[in-house]
Amino acid sequence: MSDDDRGYTFDQARWADDDGYVSLLSEAAPGRAEPGDALPDDLTRDELALPDPAEPTVVRHYTRLSALNYGVDAGPYPLGSCTMKYNPAFLEDVAALPEAAVHPDRPDESVQGVLEIQHRLQRALARIGGMDAVTLQPPAGAAGEFTGIEVTKAYHRANGEGETRSEVLVPSSAHGTNFATAAMAGYEVVELPPGDDGRVDIDALAAAVGPETAALMLTNPNTVGLFERDVVEAAELVHDAGGLLYYDGANLNALLGRARPGDMGFDVMHYNVHKTFATPHGGGGPGAGPVGVVSDLAEFLPTPHVRETDDGYERYGPERSVGKVHGFTGNWLVLLKAYAYVARLGDEGLRDTSATAVLNANYLAEQIGLDVPYGPFHHEFAATAGDRDAADLARAMLDHGVHPPTTKWPEFVHEAMLTEPTEAESRRDLDALAAAFDAAAAADDETVANAPERTAARRIDQVGAAREPRLSWQALGDENAGTGD
Amino acid sequence: MPGDGSPYTAHPPTDRAAMLEAVGAERVEDLFDVPEAVRFDGDLGIEARSERAVRREVRSVLDQNADLVEFLGRGHHAHYVPSVVDHLADRSEFLTSYTQYQPEVTQGFLQALFEYQSMLVELTGLPVANCSLYDAATALGEAALLAARVREASGETVLVPGHVAPGRRAALERYVDGAGLAVATYPMAGGTVDVAALRDVVDDDTLLVYAETPTVRGAVEPALDAVGTAADDADALFCVGSDVLALALLEPPAAAGADVVVGEADALGLGTGFGTGHGLFAAREAFLRQIPGRLVGATEDETGRRAYTLTLQTREQHIRRERATSNVCTNQAWLALRTAIHVATLGAEGMVDLAEDQVRYARDAAARLDDLPGVTAPADDAHHFREFPVRVPGDAARVRDDLRDEGFAVHAVDDDLIQVCVTEETVAGVDDLTAALAEVVS
Ligand SMILES: Cc1ncc(COP(=O)(O)O)c(C=O)c1O
Repeated sequence: MSDDDRGYTFDQARWADDDGYVSLLSEAAPGRAEPGDALPDDLTRDELALPDPAEPTVVRHYTRLSALNYGVDAGPYPLGSCTMKYNPAFLEDVAALPEAAVHPDRPDESVQGVLEIQHRLQRALARIGGMDAVTLQPPAGAAGEFTGIEVTKAYHRANGEGETRSEVLVPSSAHGTNFATAAMAGYEVVELPPGDDGRVDIDALAAAVGPETAALMLTNPNTVGLFERDVVEAAELVHDAGGLLYYDGANLNALLGRARPGDMGFDVMHYNVHKTFATPHGGGGPGAGPVGVVSDLAEFLPTPHVRETDDGYERYGPERSVGKVHGFTGNWLVLLKAYAYVARLGDEGLRDTSATAVLNANYLAEQIGLDVPYGPFHHEFAATAGDRDAADLARAMLDHGVHPPTTKWPEFVHEAMLTEPTEAESRRDLDALAAAFDAAAAADDETVANAPERTAARRIDQVGAAREPRLSWQALGDENAGTGD
Repeated sequence: MPGDGSPYTAHPPTDRAAMLEAVGAERVEDLFDVPEAVRFDGDLGIEARSERAVRREVRSVLDQNADLVEFLGRGHHAHYVPSVVDHLADRSEFLTSYTQYQPEVTQGFLQALFEYQSMLVELTGLPVANCSLYDAATALGEAALLAARVREASGETVLVPGHVAPGRRAALERYVDGAGLAVATYPMAGGTVDVAALRDVVDDDTLLVYAETPTVRGAVEPALDAVGTAADDADALFCVGSDVLALALLEPPAAAGADVVVGEADALGLGTGFGTGHGLFAAREAFLRQIPGRLVGATEDETGRRAYTLTLQTREQHIRRERATSNVCTNQAWLALRTAIHVATLGAEGMVDLAEDQVRYARDAAARLDDLPGVTAPADDAHHFREFPVRVPGDAARVRDDLRDEGFAVHAVDDDLIQVCVTEETVAGVDDLTAALAEVVS
């Protein structure tokens, strides 16, 4: 537990008193407000009980909470598969432009600015992915998957194959959302085991694919950073059987400007804007998950879609649209940031991004002492904690001032520590990350078992949290007094 | 340095060279294990611009949006967001963090989400709230899928009111397609639920009854408990749609028997953003293990201090995969933080006052418009929150377009009705709107 691994320390503990952190409720005892006479009594509540803090108290409260939170602006955040890259500060100012804050139910001719940006972004994304048409409506990656699989379903139905094509193939290394999405769309999920080299086993795919196949969902590079070298063959297999190929765009950062899903044979894909295009993750969202398709599928895209006409831009419903996947047209304020990011980088910047992301991952994999099976890697790699518990090592890394990688996933890597440093980490930060890996790996069992010691909270009782769920102040009752007693 | 790589990659050339050497590559291109056949050597045709140029460009493109005073609502509402919300939520410790997989260093966000959940428990009257879904429409879709998972009878139909935003209904239909459910409509009378007619429609096949208060036309539903009873009598679940501000004033949906509450929370903390939403979702305790999305729970760390963590994750896709309660992963957490800060800033008093203001704005504006010859406002018998339908002489779409030419945006709901929404952001423009409508309909 030394302070000199990094130039900063968490130092979060100073915000705690002996029992815990101060709750908003204890800062300002619940105010109780009763409705007046705006509505008849039988339509209104008797009273509303919520904290009534003065504004300075609100500021102290949330400032203190922010000090108990770690963001990528503070240091490395190499969560594999999450692409925690730097979020350029100016994107916030772009999204805050008052001109962007308009209502979606305005007529087209009065929102030409918004529609033009949307149309430009549709086109830029189409080129980046090698796709023919792009919808911006899905509000996150998983929502993009859902949209893409619903488009796939609509396509098969239009061909009279809606009933027969009942299966979606998903490699076991895929993200949980792929399985959940296919099930939500009503498909049976057929899991494909990984081959010995960590990639899709093309023989297993050939055996699984058939007249019941609606789609194969794939991410490339896959979830341990390996390029699916047989992707063209895989696409042929699936296409020959009448299925479609879905690309999970979570890992597109590795390929920006260097390879495109459309050129690999993918028919439909999502882009993960909060990963690849630098919009902030915001503690878990909002993001955006635009979907690109080849021209044969464009008529199935969600409504409305934006197109250019002689007089400007208009929204319209594609002919055989799947309808809507969001109440309006998605997370516009996020998409606007993505547009600004792409415009800032241009071709050269996009290519530099993928190159540096791949260089950084390879450099880091080389520096750390833990075993890193498979290869060659692109933007991420899965180290193995060996006979240690990956989550334990991750907690031990916290004491060295960095956020640890994603742990225990994907499952086919033993005790995986899935690490994605992104292009934003400097060599010095990568060296510090490697030092944190090595220090955690070298720590004795007791140190690891006690870690973390320098964080706001120490090891957390997860089992207790789930066994006796307490999900609100109300559930805490008397215990809520804020400082725990 | 536009045109010269990305300004957001960190390496000076010397570092880059040393790193390449460390990994044994001559050029960075050698690191890509991409077969020749699928390499992309072309141009994307995207020209890099300076930060300054991008900001100017975006502003000038957006400037093409017409300068309209928006009296628009129907699921997306303009409310004043206090400065403190932006300043606190923009702290990069919040903004640049992600889902709290490592709770030891994300206690701040976890506590804020726990407090947000608690606020929703008070507002809805239901004991469990998650920490956000994408928007009200997708939250409604999730509610229907939850109903299908917990159903005891064989129902397959989701009943929605005759007045519902088309976008909300369309998203619901898409969400339930895979589960083989159907969406059907029950009638309204005088702006609110026609309970007798609803009773005729509800049957054994009903899985879920959805009702809104305020409705998409701003009507406060007076017979919510009768709707709940109708659902209950058919062993169907009852889902209420509302929004975070209206809930501060209206009877909590749980008191009317709601099993699930969905709605928009973006009205507080975000305001207008071309439909960018923030779905709220609360449910009965009995459905705890069937709830979609993330839940934050209170627990202790090993020193016995209060700590927070994501909990009951075995519901979620990263553990349960195809048997998960939902595919949702990234949600709208930062907007939940913003909503929580806004609610904290208003406090109980401020919430109730602001909510009551919305009733008065609607009532006063309707009274003004109703004075115009040939105009009826509101065009139904209900109490209203923020917005109300207005019967206009002639074609409503033409009236809407004429008003737009005068600088005002309103909805056209059907052939005869426009809809006007008034909040603290627009109340000062009601006089001008009234004058413009007088012109347009004369
Ligand atoms: C490989 C992969 N696919 C899909 C997703 C889902 O994306 P989102 O969280 O934006 O819904 C993620 C990330 O969370 C991912 O890592």
